[in-house]
Amino acid sequence: MPRVVVDVMLKPEILDPQGRAVLGAFARLGVGGVSDVRQGKRFEITIDGDLTEDRLAEIHRMAEELLSNPVIESYDLRVEP
Amino acid sequence: MRIGVVTFPGSLDDRDAQRAVRLAGGEAVALWHGDEDLRGVDAVILPGGFSYGDYLRCGAIARFAPAMRAIIERAHAGMPVLGICNGFQILCESHLLPGALTRNDHLHFVCRDQRLRIESNATAWTSDYAVGQEIVIPLKNGEGGFVADERTLDELEGEGRVIARYVGVNPNGSRRDIAGISNAAGNVVGLMPHPEHAVEELTGPTTDGLGFFTSVLTALVAGRS
Repeated sequence: MPRVVVDVMLKPEILDPQGRAVLGAFARLGVGGVSDVRQGKRFEITIDGDLTEDRLAEIHRMAEELLSNPVIESYDLRVEP
Repeated sequence: MRIGVVTFPGSLDDRDAQRAVRLAGGEAVALWHGDEDLRGVDAVILPGGFSYGDYLRCGAIARFAPAMRAIIERAHAGMPVLGICNGFQILCESHLLPGALTRNDHLHFVCRDQRLRIESNATAWTSDYAVGQEIVIPLKNGEGGFVADERTLDELEGEGRVIARYVGVNPNGSRRDIAGISNAAGNVVGLMPHPEHAVEELTGPTTDGLGFFTSVLTALVAGRS
């Protein structure tokens, strides 16, 4: 079954306190040389049947309207082979 | 005047909001998220809580509830709508208000009595306050940091649509200390702190919150006469 993966990330200009907390943990665990950590979300969407152009357009619309908030986030959508 | 309060799965403060409406002299009407029928209400409050478990993003799923379809349509036509905390998040996700609410910059859930300055009384929900008036009402949120791009922030300030700012301490990293905003018409207001928890001497830090609920009654009476 075809699978669509959508990655959602906060836009670069939006503060990511969760990523910053993870960065702090890196330092506390003695892992240096890391200048930034950004945390995002990954959605794996399994499609029943064929992934037609119409279905893909629908998933794009969901990525834009539901999975991400365009005010603060951007998304990247790809079809897994 | 009939003021609807929507209950979503995970709403917490719907009863408090109903009680605040009654104390202000209005008739509180319980609305259900799954029901598109708004039961003839004159205004709507979206209460605080964790609608749909705050899954995905706060307010992101509630936005698509059947009740919200009707509320968004009526809000565009001028019906007063107040979103408190999670309700504010739902209004932003619905694009009835600009910007978004993000995780507090310090990552902690914050619960405190918060001082605010009323910045605009030109809305349906703040007309009973004086501009510059300071009030103290509870604040409790994990994702209350108001963000928007610089242009939107300038626009909000330029058009007098920042309705309240945090005073003394910025509890969540909100841009420009913004605690609440309105739409251009002034009928839709979002506020992160909780006026419905400050309407009685016995349970609230003050009764400063009552003004939001009396304001809308005043606005509705004025609209009918």
